[in-house]
Amino acid sequence: MTSVSVRDLSLNFGAVTVLDRLNLDIDHGEFLVLLGSSGCGKSTLLNCIAGLLDVSDGQIFIKDRNVTWEEPKDRGIGMVFQSYALYPQMSVEKNLSFGLQVAKIPQAEIDKRVKRASEILQIQPLLKRKPSELSGGQRQRVAIGRALVRDVDVFLFDEPLSNLDAKLRSELRVEIKRLHQSLKNTMIYVTHDQIEALTLADRIAVMKSGVIQQLADPMTIYNAPENLFVAGFIGSPSMNFFRGEVEAKDSRSFVRVNDVAFDVTSYPARTRLHPGQKVVLGLRPEHVKVDEATESHEVHPATVDIEEPMGADNLLWLTLAGQSMSVRIAGQRRYPPGSTVRLSFDMAVASIFDAASENRL
Amino acid sequence: MLNLVANNSMVPEHDAVPGRITAGPSGRKPRRKLSRRNIIVYGTLIVVALYYLLPLYVMIATSLKGMPEIRVGNIFAPPLEITFEPWVKAWAEACTGLNCDGLSRGFWNSVRITVPSVIISIAVASVNGYALANWRFKGAELFFTILVVGAFIPYQVMIYPIVIVLREMGVYGTLTGLVIVHTIFGMPILTLLFRNYFAGLPEELFKAARVDGAGFWTIYFKIMLPMSLPIFVVAMILQVTGIWNDFLFGVVFTRPEYYPMTVQLNNIVNSVQGVKEYNVNMAATILTGAVPLVVYFVSGRLFVRGIAAGAVKG
Repeated sequence: MTSVSVRDLSLNFGAVTVLDRLNLDIDHGEFLVLLGSSGCGKSTLLNCIAGLLDVSDGQIFIKDRNVTWEEPKDRGIGMVFQSYALYPQMSVEKNLSFGLQVAKIPQAEIDKRVKRASEILQIQPLLKRKPSELSGGQRQRVAIGRALVRDVDVFLFDEPLSNLDAKLRSELRVEIKRLHQSLKNTMIYVTHDQIEALTLADRIAVMKSGVIQQLADPMTIYNAPENLFVAGFIGSPSMNFFRGEVEAKDSRSFVRVNDVAFDVTSYPARTRLHPGQKVVLGLRPEHVKVDEATESHEVHPATVDIEEPMGADNLLWLTLAGQSMSVRIAGQRRYPPGSTVRLSFDMAVASIFDAASENRL
Repeated sequence: MLNLVANNSMVPEHDAVPGRITAGPSGRKPRRKLSRRNIIVYGTLIVVALYYLLPLYVMIATSLKGMPEIRVGNIFAPPLEITFEPWVKAWAEACTGLNCDGLSRGFWNSVRITVPSVIISIAVASVNGYALANWRFKGAELFFTILVVGAFIPYQVMIYPIVIVLREMGVYGTLTGLVIVHTIFGMPILTLLFRNYFAGLPEELFKAARVDGAGFWTIYFKIMLPMSLPIFVVAMILQVTGIWNDFLFGVVFTRPEYYPMTVQLNNIVNSVQGVKEYNVNMAATILTGAVPLVVYFVSGRLFVRGIAAGAVKG
């Protein structure tokens, strides 16, 4: 059962096309994250679903009801904004109840809902305060509460954690996940933070210039990115890319990059790689083995340029095939700059893209 | 070798006690009261203040003198015999044309012109500005452009057409007509003021209110108005002083019995027959200028806050 469905949605600002015939189906109770860098149209899409922007063409369904031209309040949505957007002159309690009062809901019902929401979010002690007397984390909690009291099916989050500092962000992230698990509402969450996307989402839609590049669960997005953009966007430090050419020798296939030939025989290619094809080989830093005995994989020597110890893990910057690459190893394994390491690769988790189309092979 | 010597000189003479600062300055930075900078800053300020306060002093001093004392001719001398006679005369007895009931008539006319003009123009302009900033309706840009252009057209160009319009509406020469004129002429600058203020408020606040189901007027009254006190004060000051000080519209669009205070002041001061009563003229001028002055003093602080509106945060 789909909860939110976007059909052939287009949006133009004058001559600029922001969204072009976009389609998206979101299941009931699903946590969908729209991920992309700024200006990719993710917030625009969310505003269209909320009814805050008039679409140029296409339709939007919420709970199988066509809401394309309905007012935001009639769509059964609650929305949380990046800047909290609390009404500064009202107390927390007023902020929570404002929408309900506008909707002329009986006072007893309002009190009940405000009480429930403030219990869920643990903001009962703050009810009498003004937003200016709250910390950033508390404000965002109240903002979530304002969506909560509306008793809606769909929650829309527009970068809700981007204004918070790193510690609070990770705390509230867990809280939003907990909230989703207990409420089981449909949630659509816009962010440019891949960690938020990977940790929260049931499915991630990676967007670039108004087009969804890949729509899949986080692990698929991470391990099998559909194209070069998704591969480069997800992961920090980002995936190492090697541009080369496919070679075949003794029923084994290789990707040759300058003087190095990567054995990609074990790569689960969708279509056969044919010799001479120009490709991009993508290797995640954590998928590279350093100084580990391997049976079948061939071993490449490389020199450590820079070492970045991060506590839990250790990031090595090396030169291989004439270009710089990063490798993530366990934190206690240290390699001073200048030391030589032996690298081996697990091609089963690598990615190979066509150099021209940039799509996964 | 040279390096070594240089290094040596950096070492403190005696060993510092660990954990205590010995070398270099500590405590509050010393300040000289009579520094060159202070002399220039305060000197300039004092000179400028004197330049502006001196005429005011002359006016007050003269208004408290009797005519014989004025004829002595020393305008800077303080009054020897303080008399409030000129003030009473200016307010209640000075003659303009056939009426000899002083400025009081003009004062009440001005009040009856200013109060409705200020209220109506601010009410309309704030809604205009709110609609322009938040509800980007079709043609909003064009409307706004026309309004801004309107702010640059000299008043004199429009006087005769407006006289005709008012005549056709049947309100020429009445206070209603003048209130309409003031409201219209306040519109461009006030709308611009309110639009910019509302555009500076976070847009997400407006979106949140829409998701909460609030409509045009609910958002205006419940969300926008309570956040906009400073800008309303600014608009009020602009309008009160502007309309109170207006002379041109007052003299063109009303009949003598409805002349505002400024027009009446002119008639008193510039009357050609009889003796020039400088003391009465001074008193009349101060009385006319008192209202804007009081408005400034009372709301000055809010005015500054409104001008620095960007600093107002939720």
